[in-house]
Amino acid sequence: MLDYTVGEPLVDTKAPTGAIEGRWDQRKFEAKLVNPANRRKHRVIVVGTGLAGGSAGATLAEQGYHVIQFCFQDSPRRAHSVAAQGGINEAKNYRNDGDSVHRLFYDTVKGGDFRSRESNVYRLSQVSVEIIDQAVAQGVPFAREYGGLLDTRSFGGVQVQRTFYARGQTGQQLLIGAYQALSRQIDAGNVEIHPRTEMLDLIVIDGKARGIVARDLVTGQVETHLADAVVLASGGYGNVFYLSTNAKGSNASAIWRAHKRGAYLANPCYTQIHPTCIPRSGEHQSKLTLMSESLRNDGRIWVPKQQGDTRPPNEIPEDERDYYLERIYPSFGNLVPRDIASRAAKNQCDAGNGVGPGGLGVYLDFADAIKRLGRQAIEAKYGNLFDMYARITAENPYQVPMRIYPAIHYTMGGLWVDYDLQSTVPGLFVIGEANFSDHGANRLGASALMQGLADGYFVLPTTVNDYIARGGLTEVGTDHPVVTQVESEVSGRLAKLLSINGTRTVDSFHRELGSLLWDHCGMARNADGLRKALGRIPELREEFWRSVKVPGTGEELNQELEKANRVADFLEFGELMLLDALSREESCGGHFREEHQTPDGEAQRDDENFSHVSAWEYRGEDQSPVLHKESLDFDYVHPTQRSYT
Amino acid sequence: MKLTVRIWRQAGPDAPGRMVEYPVDNISTDMSFLEMLDVLNEQLILRGEQPVAFDHDCREGICGSCGVVINGRAHGPEQTTTCQLHMRAFHDGDVVDVEPWRAKAFPIIKDLVVDRSAFDRIIQSGGYITAPTGSAPEAHSTPVPKPAADEAFDNATCIGCGACVAACPNGSATLFTSAKVTHLNLLPQGQPEREQRVLDMIETMDDEGFGGCTNSGECVASCPKGIPFASIANLNREFLHASRAPRR
Repeated sequence: MLDYTVGEPLVDTKAPTGAIEGRWDQRKFEAKLVNPANRRKHRVIVVGTGLAGGSAGATLAEQGYHVIQFCFQDSPRRAHSVAAQGGINEAKNYRNDGDSVHRLFYDTVKGGDFRSRESNVYRLSQVSVEIIDQAVAQGVPFAREYGGLLDTRSFGGVQVQRTFYARGQTGQQLLIGAYQALSRQIDAGNVEIHPRTEMLDLIVIDGKARGIVARDLVTGQVETHLADAVVLASGGYGNVFYLSTNAKGSNASAIWRAHKRGAYLANPCYTQIHPTCIPRSGEHQSKLTLMSESLRNDGRIWVPKQQGDTRPPNEIPEDERDYYLERIYPSFGNLVPRDIASRAAKNQCDAGNGVGPGGLGVYLDFADAIKRLGRQAIEAKYGNLFDMYARITAENPYQVPMRIYPAIHYTMGGLWVDYDLQSTVPGLFVIGEANFSDHGANRLGASALMQGLADGYFVLPTTVNDYIARGGLTEVGTDHPVVTQVESEVSGRLAKLLSINGTRTVDSFHRELGSLLWDHCGMARNADGLRKALGRIPELREEFWRSVKVPGTGEELNQELEKANRVADFLEFGELMLLDALSREESCGGHFREEHQTPDGEAQRDDENFSHVSAWEYRGEDQSPVLHKESLDFDYVHPTQRSYT
Repeated sequence: MKLTVRIWRQAGPDAPGRMVEYPVDNISTDMSFLEMLDVLNEQLILRGEQPVAFDHDCREGICGSCGVVINGRAHGPEQTTTCQLHMRAFHDGDVVDVEPWRAKAFPIIKDLVVDRSAFDRIIQSGGYITAPTGSAPEAHSTPVPKPAADEAFDNATCIGCGACVAACPNGSATLFTSAKVTHLNLLPQGQPEREQRVLDMIETMDDEGFGGCTNSGECVASCPKGIPFASIANLNREFLHASRAPRR
């Protein structure tokens, strides 16, 4: 079984000291600048075109840099940020309800269960107010009041209305805004866009990130692209679980390859499981679909009291139903935070009270709300979600309760970055969900869009400027021995995948890996299960490399080869995720260790021993990874035990 | 459920293509159309045959990646994306024809995968509001009347899937272009570039090889996002207005 050693702590995060309110201003002032006329001589690679990558590419190009940008989709408009539903948080205080930069900062640190870095979160809250200005100027059609001003609503776990939204399609609208800004720069010749092209490795020369090796997914050609800095905006790793709310193509390969080239990977065990997703309907299930958190405002969650009750829900009398969230958490009821609601649903299903196929579901019932407010009111509020549910399940949620079950939705872990969003490899920057930075052990709703755009529009352009201005970059060409070496490793691996010609499909391995991780590193984890999974993964990996079947050749559009590459990386990534979960002997946010719970079954943090970021260093194929700890200090928001009863 | 699917197979852009018949068995009505193709592909791979290539990503109807012509209709018998079409729309024993989008401006890459980058170039030519990062005024300094904001939103929901082009007898991209022009030209922020935007976007649309619009309305009937027919009339109005406006 994979083991680890503990290395030197990570001490310097590059965050300025002094009062937290002034840190970002100070950093911006201290950052060196590149003369505008010289910027076009510098090349910056951006991998990914979601909210973080799209906004970063557009902004760097506006500043004058020559940007080379990649996405595996056929168009930069399709990155998975497009699927975000609810909204985006901004500390504008338009409602005059007592919101402020400090309150958003406070809510985010607390929501992250005191496992994030205060300096970063404060900056996120500060720049949030500029994001909404930027998006409105681009023509993003946010919801508005009749007076023509922007509307806001409330979201999970906060007491102010700071969430801006565009019906249930906020992510789509913000992404299209960034995509259009990027399109303008493509037309101007400042961005060289490579759609249907996937990063397969990182080029590190003299200790600095200088480029990537990428495969053109249409022709199969493997090519090296060189630059002065590399930005990864490649998203999260939720698909390691096979079934998740992520897009099918979302993958961890870019961050995993960068990790193997020297970038530390932080807190991979912090994964967010969203409580309200449509349950799986069978073995064929290829992905899961989220139903917005907002439904818990009016829906009541329950299961039958009697185990294995097969009666249709409407025939189960009131006194034979267990509204377990209202029973266990009387003050928050159905609106407890995501991690709590997910775990409670799991407990009910584990106890045999679940409903639907395989007993993996609970009811989300709108009958009372419809009786109280009328069908029309519910339709106006949630119509599109009800339609989506009906389309997928063929059940009418106005007449029978929805069935929901938790699913993997977001990953808080990612590549370790300092205050400048730079990884442990100089010149390699990581933004958006791909980094670990701002959400600690649990992300609040409507904060992912905020972070992606904060990183891309406002933070990264300043820090990349500084990095390039500091110089010291020598001229490198594609004939450099490191380039030749990495290219041949990439091609060799592709050739190997194609040559195995075994008996199992890529998907069958991915499904097996996913269910192993879901069972042992999902909503609840314990040492025995984690060890068991850690024992199984090397066997599964060995079997994969012995008996996977990848048809076709490398010189054409070959979707099975793309998948095989990604799953091969997930088979390594998953192992480190398990190890991280095993080494964090406490419960916090989305990471629930069964051994560490309060007498009433809530997460029990251990601030004395685990108030740190776990950053993992890769040491080679047969070497144990090294754990570097970044200690977390809380000068402004003092850790407390979260309670919702 | 047992079905026969007949799928367009084409090894590459220049290779000849043909319809190939496959029986598929054990199809559950809860499967999405793409999951049915997953099942078929898994069988093809194990038999040592090439799986069917098709574009897809989010599988929840928002990214716009997927899209095939099913029994002659873009995205199939229901007005939704292919990924949100479920097998309960079919019956045991059905024969289902599956083809790629067919349009001059969307060349076939392989099997059901086409190149839709012409859409990106239409946007690049003017489908944006110039607002470099950092230059934005305070958000509330520009009120937008709610009806304009709502109508702009309705048009902004376009996912760029290309069903409108595939459904159009002329292979026209007018609905796609009209949605973006209507979205941006309705908003106060979009006014300074209003005329140039529509002129440039229409020019690019024509250059890319999309056909002209004859108001047949097939695009609207196939659009999974319900982009309104009126947007085409609006595009024509904007174009007329811009063509007559003094050149800047």
